[in-house]
Amino acid sequence: MWFFTHVWIIPALMALSFLLILFFGKKMPKKGAEIGIVFVGAAFVLSLLTAGNWIAWSNDNPEGHGPAAEGAALANVDPSCSSVAAEAAAVGDGVEHVDAKSGGGKSGEKHTGKEGAAASATTPLGESAAPGATSAAAAEKGGHEEVVTRPVVSCINWFQNGDQTISIGTLVDGQSVLLLVVVTLISLLVHVFSTDYVHGDRRYTHYFAFLSLFTASMLFFVLSENTLQMIVGWELVGVCSFALIGHWWEEKPNSDAALKAFLTNRVGDIGLLVGVIVLYFAAGKSFSIMDLNILANEGGISHTLLLIGSLCLITAVMSKSGQFILHTWLPDAMAGPTPVSALIHAATMVVAGVYMVARLYPVFFEGLSISGSSVNALSMIGAITALFGALLAFVQKDIKKVLAYSTVSQLGFMITALGVGAWTAALFHLFTHAFFKACLFLGAGSLSHASHHSFNMVDDMGGLRKVMPKTFWTFLVATAALAGVFPLSGFWSKDEILAGTGSFPGTQGANGEYHVMLVMLLLAAFCTAAYMTRTIWYAFYGEYRGHGTPHESGPRITTPLIILASLGAVAGIANLPAAFNFLPEGAQTRFEHYVEPVGLYFPAITHAGFNPLLAVVSVVVGLLGIGLTYLYFFKNAFAGLHDLSERNKIAAFFKNILVNKYYFDWLYTTVIVGFVKGPLARAANWFSANVIDGTVNLVGKTAVGSGNWVYKNVDQKVVDGAVNGAGSSASGLGAMLRLTQTGRIQQYTALFFAAVAILAGVLVVVIG
Amino acid sequence: MLLNQFLLLSAILFSIGVYGVIVRKNGVLVLMSIELVLNAVNINLIVFSTYWGNSGQVFALFTIAIAAAEVGVGLAIVLLIYRNQRSVDIDELNELKG
Repeated sequence: MWFFTHVWIIPALMALSFLLILFFGKKMPKKGAEIGIVFVGAAFVLSLLTAGNWIAWSNDNPEGHGPAAEGAALANVDPSCSSVAAEAAAVGDGVEHVDAKSGGGKSGEKHTGKEGAAASATTPLGESAAPGATSAAAAEKGGHEEVVTRPVVSCINWFQNGDQTISIGTLVDGQSVLLLVVVTLISLLVHVFSTDYVHGDRRYTHYFAFLSLFTASMLFFVLSENTLQMIVGWELVGVCSFALIGHWWEEKPNSDAALKAFLTNRVGDIGLLVGVIVLYFAAGKSFSIMDLNILANEGGISHTLLLIGSLCLITAVMSKSGQFILHTWLPDAMAGPTPVSALIHAATMVVAGVYMVARLYPVFFEGLSISGSSVNALSMIGAITALFGALLAFVQKDIKKVLAYSTVSQLGFMITALGVGAWTAALFHLFTHAFFKACLFLGAGSLSHASHHSFNMVDDMGGLRKVMPKTFWTFLVATAALAGVFPLSGFWSKDEILAGTGSFPGTQGANGEYHVMLVMLLLAAFCTAAYMTRTIWYAFYGEYRGHGTPHESGPRITTPLIILASLGAVAGIANLPAAFNFLPEGAQTRFEHYVEPVGLYFPAITHAGFNPLLAVVSVVVGLLGIGLTYLYFFKNAFAGLHDLSERNKIAAFFKNILVNKYYFDWLYTTVIVGFVKGPLARAANWFSANVIDGTVNLVGKTAVGSGNWVYKNVDQKVVDGAVNGAGSSASGLGAMLRLTQTGRIQQYTALFFAAVAILAGVLVVVIG
Repeated sequence: MLLNQFLLLSAILFSIGVYGVIVRKNGVLVLMSIELVLNAVNINLIVFSTYWGNSGQVFALFTIAIAAAEVGVGLAIVLLIYRNQRSVDIDELNELKG
């Protein structure tokens, strides 16, 4: 328990590291890198301990099964962070009928208050899941393990506005623990890699400070207890990515790329903000993720509100996780240092969107009617991204851009998985993808380190297989994992996603039948295998085309590569299918068992069973992609296809589309920005010049006119008249009195005595 | 009653003095008229002192002493005016005219 309630220490460590590097980094012997490595190492160890504790905690499940256990699932939720947990606690204290307090004012749909939270736990199984899926879920879950997840939520009061208390805290369950480990591990390796890669950089200390802050932001986001805190983490991640993508801001394209990343993300952030506000009111003025999830899961929120909320959040996911049509910032973000790209693509920035969907899954599950439908916004966006991103990777010369589009495509896989209800598959793919994609990016960094900081694999690389054996082998393993070659990790996670679409004949237990998604994902998997083979060919085979003598990178670069490649190879055993009966039970679906929440705050999703035929198909598709590309490049087969685009107009047309990235950048810069800059700006200018300025001028002229009138009539005549009148009357009076001032003493005396005589007379009359 | 006659005398003397101060052009005569005014006051003081008690005579003595001083200063002023203007006609001394 201690680890779960004190998990805030992990992001706090990284934030402290940021401050220490910023203030003392330059004075340290290694310019601050050692601070970062020590702290991220400590964070990694703590994360591992937390994960170990979580596994032990999940195994040790004293509450048992059934509704009572579901009620007890909220036992570790601090009542001050969640009103639902507070109600459940009140029920536990013996208050039987809380409906007067909570249920009475709401619609009859809300069951929480009626029979107490414990009894209401049965409703999601009975109501929200599709009729067909319910029995399957019960059958599957009742089979060998129904362990209710007991998330640990702790919080403190952040600020209070009226009677609305905003808390800040941590939500620890399998999902957040998974991300803790992934983020700190990748971050640690990136830190080590960076000490060599950006060695001698002029902003070395600054770079490490931001790596720390980036990690801290992501950890903060991952542990968010409420949606408001999520926004804070989300934006912090965005700011850090801005700073790191624009690390070499002296060159215009780099600062442009940073700006583009930031501004594109702003578009999605609007969606996030609106979505969070919608959900805040939908959940009865609560930001708490637990409240939101439980209410959405129980049907306590209307479907329309959930639909609107989830669509808004999808916009945010589109920008952050590089989904069509807001993916354009991601390839440009390659302007940053390569380790940063690895961090962004594997662990921090882009998985934030996937994580957010997974965290608020009931909202999406209910809002988009994922269970039982055959198409929805989330899966559609994901599938389009997966396929079209993969196609774009074919025409890139820059090795990092190939990998960037590959990330776009793989994120598409994850989003599709979430869209078809294969929650675990999405998170599992996130997990495996983190390892092999980080390995590929760091490998690309190692390559460019060798070939004089060029990333152009077509013009500046080639034949590096011999001189850089470590980089070559790790890159090859990671490529095979990405292509889904059996038995590497990518195969297992990708296969789970494909099975999750439920479309392939013979697949059991999926949440719906998403035929289109399956086809698109298979095509994307084919493309993935093919473009990665192309990359291997350009980078490692043929003649060296760059200048200078390439050399293998140092141990600080190759060690992270080897670690990541090994993890990328074996991570698949984390979630071996349940169908593998020959394995002991403790070896199957471990990932699902520990990471996927079961209980009130998570929809009762089902899990597609392992389909051997589908596995064979997916491997064949991958191998076909590799094989055809191998023949094309290595054996020079299909001679008719070489340079086809230079001879055939149709091929040239399609290549042009790809080279121009489907004209999305053109659309944004020319059409949208051009429209804003051109006609819209002119119209605005006209409006400004004529309407606004006209109004302002009219007001001004009226003011001047009335001022003049006031000046002429009031000021000149009345005020000045009064003043002048006072003056001239005083002067006239003075002139009259002046006549008495003759200067003759005797006259004065005479007047004096006359006055005295009169006064004396008066005195006599009055007194006498 | 005797008091009335003395007061009447004093009033007449005072009026003559005031008349002289207002009307006479000669500075010396103006000074002499002031003496008349002062002595009219003296008569008043003495009369009232004999009538009510004796403290008023002291004021009369004061007045005489101050009158002597005043005449001294006044004559000195008149002498200076004469030296500057070759005249003691106070109608010509109208420099205070506003």
